[in-house]
Amino acid sequence: MVKVLFFAHLKDEAGQEEISIEGNGFTVAQVKDKIAADLGIATLDSVMTAVNEEFANDETIVSEGDTVAFIPPVSGG
Amino acid sequence: MNFELSKDPIQVQAVIDKVVAREAGAITTFIGTVREFTKGKKTLFLIYEAYESMAVKKLEQIGKEIEERWPDTKIAITHRVGKLGITDVAVVIAVSTPHRNDAYEANRYAIERIKEIVPIWKKEHWEDGEKWIGNQLETVGYPTGKPEEEDLNG
Repeated sequence: MVKVLFFAHLKDEAGQEEISIEGNGFTVAQVKDKIAADLGIATLDSVMTAVNEEFANDETIVSEGDTVAFIPPVSGG
Repeated sequence: MNFELSKDPIQVQAVIDKVVAREAGAITTFIGTVREFTKGKKTLFLIYEAYESMAVKKLEQIGKEIEERWPDTKIAITHRVGKLGITDVAVVIAVSTPHRNDAYEANRYAIERIKEIVPIWKKEHWEDGEKWIGNQLETVGYPTGKPEEEDLNG
């Protein structure tokens, strides 16, 4: 199981803070495709991804127990 | 706990106290506050949301980057989360260094890095609506899906 977290406008679009995905050995790009299809979120191409709290890219492999977070452009400070 | 998020109002002096050092000749303090008007549009209040565990890690990373660039530096950063009104303090950055120039430069570096890599978002509430703000230019997204490698790793 892979935990997926949403923040800011993505949380509003997803209608939830987190979901779980069954499986193992996906790339981040595949996770994005699955979420785009399942939840109808079209803007994942323009956000960053973190895997286990470190920035990742589309080729990063996601394994059982990992946490994937989609990080819209940040606006702290 | 030099790098933290706070749901309660930030005590500015408490952040400064964390960087007091006998070897320091300067402490610079940056206080980010909630502005009422942006490009003529009146803000009523803001909500700051964070990916809290990662945000603290990224603040710590900024601290490490500063220690590498400016020797003998002490840094403390507290960022507020939750609902903030106009003039409320959103972030406090305190930096102490042996000499003043480094204290100014390192403090400036810290706020610019926060705006690049720390997962904190603000939602602006106006009289006529609300919106998650993408970044300071209100443009959307990173063309490659994330900041470039040099942005993240300094």
